[in-house]
This record gives sequence, structure tokens and C-alpha cells, in this order.
Amino acid sequence: MATPSPVLLSVENLEVNFGAVRALKGISLDVHAGEVVALVGANGAGKSTTLRTISGLSRPRGGKIIFDGKPIGGIAPSRIVTLGIAQSPEGRRLFGGLTVADNLRLGACTRTDKEAIVRDSERMFMLFPILKQRLKQLAGTLSGGEQQQLALARALMAAPRLLLLDEPSLGVAPLLVRHIFSALAELKRQGMTMLLVEQNITLALDLADRAYVLRTGQVALSGRSAELRDSERVAQAYLGAAT
Amino acid sequence: MTQLDYILQQIVNAVSLGSLYALVAVGLSIVFGVLKLTNFAHGDVMMVGAFGVALLVGIGVPFPVAVICGIAAAAVAGFLIERIAYRPIRDAPDVARLLTSLAVTYIIENVGILVFTSSPRNFPLPDILNTSWEMSNGAITFTSINLLTIALTFVSLLLLGWFITRTTTGLGMRAAAEDMSAAHLVGLNVNRLIIVAFIVASAYAGLAGILWAAQAGVVQPQMGFTPLLKAFVAAIIGGFGSIAGALVGGYILGALEIFIVAFLPSSVSSYRDAIVFAVLIAFLLVRPGGLLQPNREIKL
Repeated sequence: MATPSPVLLSVENLEVNFGAVRALKGISLDVHAGEVVALVGANGAGKSTTLRTISGLSRPRGGKIIFDGKPIGGIAPSRIVTLGIAQSPEGRRLFGGLTVADNLRLGACTRTDKEAIVRDSERMFMLFPILKQRLKQLAGTLSGGEQQQLALARALMAAPRLLLLDEPSLGVAPLLVRHIFSALAELKRQGMTMLLVEQNITLALDLADRAYVLRTGQVALSGRSAELRDSERVAQAYLGAAT
Repeated sequence: MTQLDYILQQIVNAVSLGSLYALVAVGLSIVFGVLKLTNFAHGDVMMVGAFGVALLVGIGVPFPVAVICGIAAAAVAGFLIERIAYRPIRDAPDVARLLTSLAVTYIIENVGILVFTSSPRNFPLPDILNTSWEMSNGAITFTSINLLTIALTFVSLLLLGWFITRTTTGLGMRAAAEDMSAAHLVGLNVNRLIIVAFIVASAYAGLAGILWAAQAGVVQPQMGFTPLLKAFVAAIIGGFGSIAGALVGGYILGALEIFIVAFLPSSVSSYRDAIVFAVLIAFLLVRPGGLLQPNREIKL
């Protein structure tokens, strides 16, 4: 394979509590620059919590999060976006009462480089042409698939060096899921680094270079996507469902 | 006086009163939007604006300058209230936040009574604003302060409309009102948004307080209570937390109050406030999200 690129994100022994419940019990993972890494596992395994904590929405109780050589555990979410990590959250979380254009504008709210922002919105319209037709429409009136595209575009408007994706296929019609994942594949070709949480393991492993299988707040297994895909028995054991 | 003139006169009155309610309700909604907190101290911020003007004019400051200073004083008061009272309890349970909001109200009002006594004092209005205008040979009269109220409300609300639809900060305030964690995730500085929301809302309260006192002719420390209560009703009718809803609710309430008195027999219209609150209860039962947010439950 290719020569290893530098580590962009490194999570070491991350622990997170929700009240009295230990949601993450010491998770460690690496994402190299230009790599797509998937987090898979059953509901409640801690996938979304991992992403929320990297984004600064949940505070780590222990462990480290190192981005580009700097520790970022527990700092303000807006600073984390400024440093170069954007997230497209589970359930899309768009601003439904705002227009598509305003959602995209807020995606770039940490940036001041006006020309580059315009250039990036043009890129978004290439990647997701439907958004250009819907610019003046309220985000809440879009279909599920269109909303997912907008959520991705909004995150990309922050010009992130690391894109966190939480369940991009959830609530999206099958045809549009294919469209969204081909857009993600295009982003990967352009060199975007991604950490992907996805229930649909086939989709996840097709896109990702490597994957971590989480089970009840711990990394149960990790490896190259191709290896994990072929070990049917392992997937069965940890995911509990055939795909 | 013809029937038409009478109706026109009542419409002028309704727009004037509705403007005041809208100005106060808009501020309540802005703060509720970003903080999900009913800021009862909003009425006392009105009082700060009105007293600021009364005191400054009393020492010889020209009226327009005093108005600008009064609005600024209200904005500063709002900033301090957020900083001192609300920020430390931002993540506390709703009950604690509600009680804090009430406590701030009582503290400000009682400090006002200590310093200024509770007896009303004259609100100094320049002569030009006390003149009245006549139309249709005197059938319709309105005072300059009525006109000024309507004009300033329109201008300031247009300004607010521009702010919340065209500026990143204004859009961010609406975004944070809709979904706080999504606002964090796109990188909005939510702390800063909350400060801006309090300053903007309080400036509007200051303007509303000045206009309210100008219409009443007096200022006194508890003057904010009635408009606050009315604005609260207006905001609920329109849809609590929605800025457009507060606007619509303000004008509906203004019209309702004026028309009840103008067109119903006095045996009924003396129950004006009871009727208004009956309408409020009806809204809470049938359409709790308000006119503009039909499907949203609200929690106060």
C-alpha cells in the first residue's frame, strides 16, 4: 500500500461519562491525513459519543484527543471548528427555519476568507447540484435526502481538514444514499480526511480504508476494511446483524 | 363624527398601542430564543430606559440625545443582568432559572423604589411631541407621540429584520434559538450570541420604555410590570420565541384591546383585561405554539 501519511487525529484512551453511566471506556484510534476511517458497531456502542466528544459537545473524563499535534480535549466547540474539524451530525440538525443559503453561510461562520467561501459554495453546488435549485427554500422543507446533502455541505463549508460524519444514510431514500456515498467517494478522491459513523456496514466498509468496531464503549476490533469485510464471522459476532 | 372616522381613529390607536407591545414582545422573544428563559426583568429594563431619559432631560440634556442615552443605558442594564444573574445559572434547572429571573425583577424594582420612591414623576416631553394633529375636521386626532411611536417602531423593526436575516450574528441568533448543539457544531460562538441577544433585546426594551412613559406622561419604578405582562401575552399569541410571532402578537393584542373598548358596550368592555386573558387561555389550549408555530410545544 501507499506510504503512511502523518497522523491527523489521535484519540488515546478516551473516557466519557453520561451521568453515572460510562459511555466510553477508553477508546483509542488514529486517523491519518487523507484517510477515511469508519466506526461501526451496534446501537449504544459509543460511536456518536466519540464524535460528539471530538467536536467538543461532550467533555472527556479521561484520555487525550490530539488533532494535528495539539491536544483539543475539552475545548470549546467553536474553537474546534476553527482548528479544522467539522461535523455533519446524526439526524442532520439543520436550521429548519433558515434558508438553504443561510445554512451554508452559517457553515462558514468561522471563516473570514470571502473569496474562498464563494469558491467553496460553488464546489458544493458541483457536488450537490440540487442545493443550488433550493437556495431560497427553508431547510426544513427539503426531503430527507436533500437535507442530508445540505448537512454535508454545511459541514464542508467550514473548510475542515477532518470531516466527522454521523450516520449520513439515516432517513435517506436508498437511491439518494447511493448518490450521497458517491459524493463522499468523490471527496475522498479529492483527499478529504473523514471519520465516518455508519450503521450500514457494507456502505461504511466500501468507502473506508480502515474501520474500528466498537462494542459497549470499547474498541473490540480494528483493521483494514477489506479484511473486516471478509471476516463474515467477526462482523456477525459484533454487529449482530447481517447486511 | 362619522362611523368611518371613528373606525379610522381606533385603527390609529390600535397601531400605536400594538407597536409598543410588539417592541417589548420582540425583546422577550429574542432572549427566550437563545436562552429558553422568560426574562421577567425585561420590563425593568424598560424602566431603566425611561428613567434615564427623565433624569437626563431634568439636568438639561436635549431630548433626542437623552433618548439615545436612555436606550444605551437599557442595553448596558441588559448586558449586566446577563453577566451577573443569568450566566452563572445558565445550565441550572428551569425552575432555578425562572426564580432567578423573578428575583432580578424584584431587586431592580425595589432599588428603583429606594432611590426614586414609588410615586410617579413627570416624564418631560418636548412641546413638539405634545401637539396633536387632526384629520377630517377634527374627527380623527392623534398626538405627535403617537406618530413617533409608530414611526420609530417601524424603523427599528425594519432594522431588526435586516439584522436577523442578513448578518451572520443575526442568523446565528436564530440558528442557536432553533438548535443549540447544531449552533455549536457549525462553530458559532454561542456565548457571544447570548450577550448580543441581551444587548439588542434590552435596547428595544429601552426604546419601548421611553415611548411607553412618553404616552403615559409619567415614570415610576414599577412601570415595567404591565407592559411586560401584555408583551408576554402577545408573544404567546404569536408563538413564543419567534421574533415574527412577537410582532404579529403585539399588533393583534393592541388591536384587541382598543377594539374591545371602542366597539363593545361599556358593560362588556370594562372586562377588557379579563377578555384578553381569556383569549390567551384559549390560545394555550387550542394552539399552544402560537399563531406562527402551530406544532411546537412551549415550555416556560
